Amino acid sequence: MEITARALWTLVHGMGFGALYLLACSGALVELYRFTTASSPSESTPGQQRFLKVYLLTMVLLAWAAVLTGAYVIYPWYRALPPQGKTDLAMLPQRLLMSSPTTIGWHSFGMEWKEHIAWFAPISITMVAFVFHRYGRDLKNHRQLRTAVLCFAAASFVTAGIAGFFGAMINKHAPVQGGHTIRLSTGGEK
Amino acid sequence: MNTPGNPVSPGTPALPNGSGAAALLAAGIGSFALGVLAFSADQSALLKRIFDFYAPTGPLSGVTTVAILIWLLTWAILEWHWRNRTVAVGRIAAAAIALLGLSLVLTFPTVVDLF
Repeated sequence: MEITARALWTLVHGMGFGALYLLACSGALVELYRFTTASSPSESTPGQQRFLKVYLLTMVLLAWAAVLTGAYVIYPWYRALPPQGKTDLAMLPQRLLMSSPTTIGWHSFGMEWKEHIAWFAPISITMVAFVFHRYGRDLKNHRQLRTAVLCFAAASFVTAGIAGFFGAMINKHAPVQGGHTIRLSTGGEK
Repeated sequence: MNTPGNPVSPGTPALPNGSGAAALLAAGIGSFALGVLAFSADQSALLKRIFDFYAPTGPLSGVTTVAILIWLLTWAILEWHWRNRTVAVGRIAAAAIALLGLSLVLTFPTVVDLF
């Protein structure tokens, strides 16, 4: 069982940071809503508030790690140009997608959208985390601010979901490959 | 004005809303800046070259770097002015959400391709 270095990085970016962020989003939305609408302080303890702060901070780190590895590690491999005279496009995902009318949309629509929309997720969740750190349970007394913060948290979820969907589909049609091969196991025939 | 240390009755904000409003509006402005810059770079070959900060990533590197700088700078300025104030957060929230919505439109490829 083997994996290439580039495929491993793609896995870390998509499944490690991106998918984990998406999983965390649903929990954050529910907790933020519950926490900031609780009618009595006894419904949420200081320990739970600390936990949510750490949870949101972890989400901020995951979101930034996802977009930064995407833009500065994976994307250069994706958009690499073929060397002069080279016709094998297997190692050039963008060129591979653009070479066929049945796949060009994954680049011209999917990647064009994904490469920008993904950045709304870390910007939004950073703001959400900051506001929660600053206000904590007091956020329930700022109804309009709370509503807007929840809107941005939802937007962060949706934009990360769109980016994740196109990332997965693009990698399915034109996987990022290359780099040295890492042997995960040497399984024998049973 | 209430401060964090003072006892407050339930339903009364303990902190002024200025700091939250500053973060909210800055996120809206930062997102909008990203939308405008991405749209502009797509339309102009000159801007595409200018935003090519890191060649392997191309114009995306400049577009996102400049947008993040605008976001953080705006946030710092607004935080400086509003942190101890109570502001009209309803209008600010509406503006921030509208800016986020516009930025989503500006990055949608079908809209970009109309121009």
